[in-house]
Amino acid sequence: MAMSAGPAARSANTADAVVQLGDYATQVFAVAAAEVDKLRHDPLELFTRAVQPVLWLLLFGEVMAQVRGVSPGNLRYLDFLSAGILAQSVLFVAIFNGIAAIWERDLGVLQRYLVSPAPRSALVIGKALAASVRAFSQALIVYLLALVLGVGIELDVASIAGVIAIIGLGSALFSTFSLIIACLVKTRERFMGIGQVLTMPIFFASNAIYPLSLMPGWLRAISHVNPLTYEVDALRALMLTAGRSDYGLGLDFAVLIGTSALLTAVAARMYARMGY
Amino acid sequence: MIDVRDTSHLAVPAAPATSEGGPDATGAHCPIEVRALTRRFGDIVAVDRATLGVNEGEIFGIIGPNGAGKSTLIKMLTTLLPPSSGSATVVGADIVRQPAEVRRHIGYVPQLLSADGSLSGYENLLLSARLYGIPHRERAERIARALARMGLAAASRHLVGHYSGGMIRRLEIAQSLLHRPKVLFLDEPTVGLDPGARKAVWDHVLDLRRSFRTTMIVTSHHMDEIDQYCDRIALIDRGRIAAIGSPAELKAKMRPGATLDDVFIQLVGNQSETETEEGYGDVRRTRRAVREHG
Repeated sequence: MAMSAGPAARSANTADAVVQLGDYATQVFAVAAAEVDKLRHDPLELFTRAVQPVLWLLLFGEVMAQVRGVSPGNLRYLDFLSAGILAQSVLFVAIFNGIAAIWERDLGVLQRYLVSPAPRSALVIGKALAASVRAFSQALIVYLLALVLGVGIELDVASIAGVIAIIGLGSALFSTFSLIIACLVKTRERFMGIGQVLTMPIFFASNAIYPLSLMPGWLRAISHVNPLTYEVDALRALMLTAGRSDYGLGLDFAVLIGTSALLTAVAARMYARMGY
Repeated sequence: MIDVRDTSHLAVPAAPATSEGGPDATGAHCPIEVRALTRRFGDIVAVDRATLGVNEGEIFGIIGPNGAGKSTLIKMLTTLLPPSSGSATVVGADIVRQPAEVRRHIGYVPQLLSADGSLSGYENLLLSARLYGIPHRERAERIARALARMGLAAASRHLVGHYSGGMIRRLEIAQSLLHRPKVLFLDEPTVGLDPGARKAVWDHVLDLRRSFRTTMIVTSHHMDEIDQYCDRIALIDRGRIAAIGSPAELKAKMRPGATLDDVFIQLVGNQSETETEEGYGDVRRTRRAVREHG
């Protein structure tokens, strides 16, 4: 019976796979949509989070622009910095993902996600997607400010689509990293301490606010294995009219996609254990 | 005097008075079968060889002092926590080998807050409907029905953060029912509620059983509720099932006129002076849940 029903069974399997894929997409979307609904109810967070990048560009940027030699030949320092600050604001928003997960665990909302039939990876990706949505709002603010400050911004559709892709990836990467840390430490107090200890080195051991060429060798080596460096590199190439990539967009995308996939696989395993 | 340690005679669950026909009369599984289920945390044995069965449509109470292992047992049955040894099936699916299958057929209302206070009631239900893969064309109708059933239709667009404790509990039950689970786990569903809200929650629980023959596992510290609403109960003490049976059976083994409180104290003793590993965390969570519920 099974033999004669070969083609029919295969098409049934295909149909099953399509249904499962649809369910998976819906589950990812469900988690992200809930976060977006929350932002809609209380958008204040988006504005308070915008203060930090504004301060970096206006205060730090204007002062550092006076220092000779800090920016690479072809770029004004403010142009150079604007891509770095965009990546930084995405990073700082993404790192928040872990503390939100701990908060949800303490409340009981997490248990509700975990008893649902949604694959754990769908939950993790949904959270990452939500972090990306938050990051896009940051990007909008940095873009507007950069335009006001006269930064040479590339505004064609392909460049903006590229920037959106990089921000989405960078945000997914660091928010998932943050989720893994949350799964390890499990309490808000410990996460607050560790979050600081991790965020600052990720930020400073990268090309976000100064070029790698200014760094001592050991720091440059660390920066070379820091995904943020590749995110910033791609953002500079895509966002700025005078920008170019040091490593090539292909490598930038490969590093960000590969690291995100790896972290998602790890996080999916660990997130399941957060309900213990 | 009852031998509280010998539970071997209880390994095969007795059919409750409310169940018509044996659970295996049609070859169907008992909704819940637990065999020697054990969970250790380091040296501590949180649940020690628990064996029990729950029949279809039964309201099964789990009682015991704080830290006795009630929540650990429920976490294992809801697949949140893997057992150290032993096995269990829920609606015919093995909790270790087929966790996704188990999750499809159960609803769980945890002791803590599981509704999201920064979303509206409707949005909370929409989230559940999507997570459980309820087809798009059925979502609106099922959500509307669940809200109406739990008496929340008028408040559906309001933020849950503004709900009363009783409303939040009813919403949580609504969101755990959307996918029509065969088994519903309620971990201290009435903690922190006033008597009116408590009664409303129980009325809804009984209504569900009447309408869908949903099997329910309920924990509570209110012995009066357990006595009034549960068909059978298991008393857990220090990880072991100390007694199992209908409230009437358990009371009958005591002196005449005994209450379930007497049974509890007789079997468990007074452990309020015992220091436990998770005592402080438990109390903190419970009190926070109580505060945030209402």
